[in-house]
Amino acid sequence: MRNPSYVDDRITLKYGAGGSAMRALIEQIFAQGFGEVPGGIGLAAMDDGAAIPFGDAWIVITTDSHVVQPLFFPGGDIGRLAVCGTVNDLAMMGATKPLALTCATIIEDGFARDDLALIWSSMRTACEEAGTTIVTGDTKVMRHGELDRIVINTTGIAITKRVVPDCGLVPGDKLIVTGTMGDHGLAILATRGELALETALVSDVAPLNALVRRALAVGGDQIIAMKDPTRGGLASALHEMAEKSRVGIIVDERAVPVRDEVRAAGELLGIDPLLVANEGKAVIAVRPGAVDSVLDAIRSHPLGRRAAIVGECVDERPGSVIVDTGFGRRLLGEAEGELLPRIC
Amino acid sequence: MNSAEQLKFRDPARAAALEAALAEQAKRLGRAPVTVMHVCGSHEQAIAKFGLRAAFPIELDVIMGPGCPVCVTDVPEVDEAVALAKQGVRIATYGDMLRVPGTAMSLADARTQGARVDVVYGVAQAVTLARQTDEPIVFFASGFETTAVATAAVLLAEPPANFSVLSAHKYIPPVMEIVAEMPGSKIEGFLAAGHAATITGWGVFERFVERHRVPVVVAGFEPLDILAGLVRLVELIADNDIRVDNTYPRCVSREGNLEAQARLWRVFEPQGGRWRGIAHVPNGNLRLRDEFAKWDARRRFDIDLAQLWDHAPPRLVAQCQCGDIMAGIASPHDCTLFGRECTPDAPVGACMVSAEGTCKIWHQYGGHPDLRQIRRRA
Repeated sequence: MRNPSYVDDRITLKYGAGGSAMRALIEQIFAQGFGEVPGGIGLAAMDDGAAIPFGDAWIVITTDSHVVQPLFFPGGDIGRLAVCGTVNDLAMMGATKPLALTCATIIEDGFARDDLALIWSSMRTACEEAGTTIVTGDTKVMRHGELDRIVINTTGIAITKRVVPDCGLVPGDKLIVTGTMGDHGLAILATRGELALETALVSDVAPLNALVRRALAVGGDQIIAMKDPTRGGLASALHEMAEKSRVGIIVDERAVPVRDEVRAAGELLGIDPLLVANEGKAVIAVRPGAVDSVLDAIRSHPLGRRAAIVGECVDERPGSVIVDTGFGRRLLGEAEGELLPRIC
Repeated sequence: MNSAEQLKFRDPARAAALEAALAEQAKRLGRAPVTVMHVCGSHEQAIAKFGLRAAFPIELDVIMGPGCPVCVTDVPEVDEAVALAKQGVRIATYGDMLRVPGTAMSLADARTQGARVDVVYGVAQAVTLARQTDEPIVFFASGFETTAVATAAVLLAEPPANFSVLSAHKYIPPVMEIVAEMPGSKIEGFLAAGHAATITGWGVFERFVERHRVPVVVAGFEPLDILAGLVRLVELIADNDIRVDNTYPRCVSREGNLEAQARLWRVFEPQGGRWRGIAHVPNGNLRLRDEFAKWDARRRFDIDLAQLWDHAPPRLVAQCQCGDIMAGIASPHDCTLFGRECTPDAPVGACMVSAEGTCKIWHQYGGHPDLRQIRRRA
């Protein structure tokens, strides 16, 4: 629902869920007095990162703290996530050649050295895949119980000639997703103890910069906006696009690629794959004339084989996301609070 | 059901044909709006999830009745569980029951204050919990006859002595009588819940139909099931053909699951009691029979409800319209709290708590389930 009054005295989990509550918190507190970058994109824009004008180009910078439970999951671990998350946020701004990353790590007293080595090994692998490296960092160790094992923050920096925002959509624009939805979120949920599901679900965590570079090379300025559907999933990404651009978005649910096993686990848990996180996917808004060539370019990349056109912008209901289910239509709600399996 | 089997009931081409048939039957009515009621949260979930309301003919108003067992659990029943929990008794219950508000607090509030409340996925898990410990475990049981059968089966299998049941189980057929008799009721037909009818059989509605002169159609939960059920229901209304019909024959028979019924009634007896926000429902509550007294938490424990009376009920509760919404008199849009003071995160009424509650379902799907006005650009 839009426009609820987020004025709680305490910051609760819903403010970190990537949905409207988090956007309200950024607006009400974080962006106060920090919003503007003259001629660029700052905090107030609530985009994936910031863009600072620099000569005839832009310096793009983004930061992300990573906490995931469990630390090691099918398809990746917190290290891979920390690199890919930041590389992808840069890529969503159009900056597909990350110059370097920084990494700050906060570790709980007693953390296993072997686990740390494993995490760093996968960070190296992910950096190689993305064509970047970590150039500086910071380490803190906190007392037992003061945090949950490990928190990893990465900051990324890149230079680009063109900044792609996450707004600017007009009626008629098409929306592409670069692959299957819900893989990461459901893989993580399925590993959590109390559900005890045995599944073949695998996280999609991967660096997207090469795929995005390929899309931009073909689509150029016909690519209007990009967003990675992480926390809050496709639903939150589309809501943000619809709200910022003041257009309606109609999603063809049957066109949204979802793996069979993800769909099955989602039905079982009562969780919509469109509302859970992806860590190796992008939503790309394209002018209708270029949509087919951009789609072909994405599909030619190994990470984009299941890319699809999933929706379009309309002038009805600006700010809303409407799902065409094939049976009828409904609004697409956003995830609120922690996603818990439906019970009953 | 495997996915191929399931897809049969999710075929948009067949859905389009049924939607056309529904529109045609609705035209035959020659008047609008015609209101029908379903009495099941799972029906509302499917209608909302698949966006079916947008496909319903404009003449047809499909409303949800008291179809959410968590929502109709009355305040004193929640109070009993909260009081027990605050007395130090360990409670096991479904996740949805945690945040249902009682007079002073919910079980979730009691847990924050130190009470021990375990979330379980079924009664069997509560029994497992009891086997792992010597301390008493009380299963706070909610659900209609479908769920009550599972509780009955556990009690018939001699659960451990430290296990007991605080039953808030409810029986659906009597409340349909109440809703049908409500003054000013506009309901011209009922869509009955397929899973409950799997147990009771569709024959259970025959007397109801005779008495109240409204047709009842039993329907399943896939989108095609619901559409097919509505086509038949509207056809019966248009023809003034007052009877029970079953559009869910792959699961439901006239006599139902006799074995399950035998177990249900061996363990439980129907008693009159209040359903939250609706009314006193004669025979609407399922309570343990005397021979199962040793597993009946109400008889095993001295439940001190007075300890809760020092606390005033939250201010907003007076404005909550859950009762009228469950009776089909109001919709969530008639409630000034909906989506503002009352959200799944901070629910005022039970309908916003449960995954089966009308308000929660509407909120989950963006707050406005009816998109009949929206057309796609050519």
